[in-house]
Amino acid sequence: MDDINKTKLKKASEHGIQAPLALLAELSHRCPLQCPYCSNPVQLEKKTGELTTDEWKSVVDQAVEMGMHQIHLSGGEPTVRQDLEDIVEHCTEKGLYTNLITSGVLLNLDRLKKLEKLGLEHVQLSFQDTDTENADRIGGFKGGHEKKLEVAKWVREVDLPLTCNCVVHRQNIDNLENFIQMALDLDAERVEIAQVQYYGWALKNRAAFIPTPEQLDHATEIVEKARIDLKGKLVIDYVIPDYYAKHPKNCMGGWGRRFLNMNPKGDVLPCHAAETIPHLKFDNVREKSLKWIWENSEAFNLYRGTDWMPDPCKSCDRKEIDWGGCRCQAMALTGDAKNTDPACSISPLHSEIFSMAAEEARRAPPEFIYRRYGVRFNSPI
Amino acid sequence: MTDILKINDNIIPKFPKHVKFRFNKARKEWVILAPERLVKLDPIAVEILQLVDGEKTVKIIASELSKKFNAPEETILTDVKEMLQDLSDKGFIQENG
Repeated sequence: MDDINKTKLKKASEHGIQAPLALLAELSHRCPLQCPYCSNPVQLEKKTGELTTDEWKSVVDQAVEMGMHQIHLSGGEPTVRQDLEDIVEHCTEKGLYTNLITSGVLLNLDRLKKLEKLGLEHVQLSFQDTDTENADRIGGFKGGHEKKLEVAKWVREVDLPLTCNCVVHRQNIDNLENFIQMALDLDAERVEIAQVQYYGWALKNRAAFIPTPEQLDHATEIVEKARIDLKGKLVIDYVIPDYYAKHPKNCMGGWGRRFLNMNPKGDVLPCHAAETIPHLKFDNVREKSLKWIWENSEAFNLYRGTDWMPDPCKSCDRKEIDWGGCRCQAMALTGDAKNTDPACSISPLHSEIFSMAAEEARRAPPEFIYRRYGVRFNSPI
Repeated sequence: MTDILKINDNIIPKFPKHVKFRFNKARKEWVILAPERLVKLDPIAVEILQLVDGEKTVKIIASELSKKFNAPEETILTDVKEMLQDLSDKGFIQENG
């Protein structure tokens, strides 16, 4: 990145980029679960650094003024915040479409009723497996799965729409059909079947999670059949691990083009994994406005558009489709964030990395390296 | 979710609870919002959806639009049904009742 001339960086408006569509708000990195594929950074933010209620309300005001449509209240576990109700109420008042992304294990029926009354519009509930014992082992939280099933029923009882978020990998992929059936049984509107994406914690645990190409093909067949069988009954969103794809995913719809992400202390990031790129300097809402940051922040402008691209991206006719793939994955796997995402079959490193991952998938899975926040939440297992 | 809906003249369309038809003041545009979905709408769609209130039938909606725009009701009815069917197939419209 040293050879990108920072003084010539174009701003959002100079790329013709409008205001972002949605804000992913990580209210806290605290979480009672310890999933070894957690999307949070390996360096977790402490409670004392978190934005206050009023600071989040100001962020919501700014997001609405900019024209954002949706807010995803996420974490960590967003329900650890006792002011979640205040934040939801404020989002409703301002007209943001409000979505809660939760593990569910800290919720009770009364709190859900209250959140629904205050205007919460949708709940995404995470599941680690359909097998109780394995689900609890993956999440590192005893009793978690049973509680989630109960929470899912409460969500529907208070007439909130439900999405089941199912992260799949080699240690639960054989239960894929059960995941889909579970979503139907729980009266969910939608199920997200997302293969683990390998950054941060998940990259540390890649050998434990990466499926074989055969497992992945089988999973894709199941999803495609279910989509036909369940059309009009259940929406199925499916994310494959792009190690096994021909083209990389157009991560976030392009760097700094459509979405932004805020971490618990108010740093504004182009995506939730952006902190894995060590040279990025993030601006913070305690110091600058959200609008200023979207337009001017160096962390956004470094990889906006196509000017920063080296070959093979620069001369590729898909450069404004894939936007070079994922910067965080390029950083993690090649050591340079502006390299072509090695998930792309044209990347010079694709076959080396692909065969390493495929080799990992053929060996016995190693023990998990759990995401640990603090000991006080952790149930012994 | 319910079974697939076939839109006809007498159906009373409404938005499911989790689907919001909203005006974004900053962008000055009407949109449909649903979980991780955003639908931008053309001016005709906006005119139709503004009449979707969970009380009017498809036929009444078409009739009101035909008066407002002084256009043949049969043509409008076809357009209204086509648009609502498309939105219904995507889960953004359901039947009230």
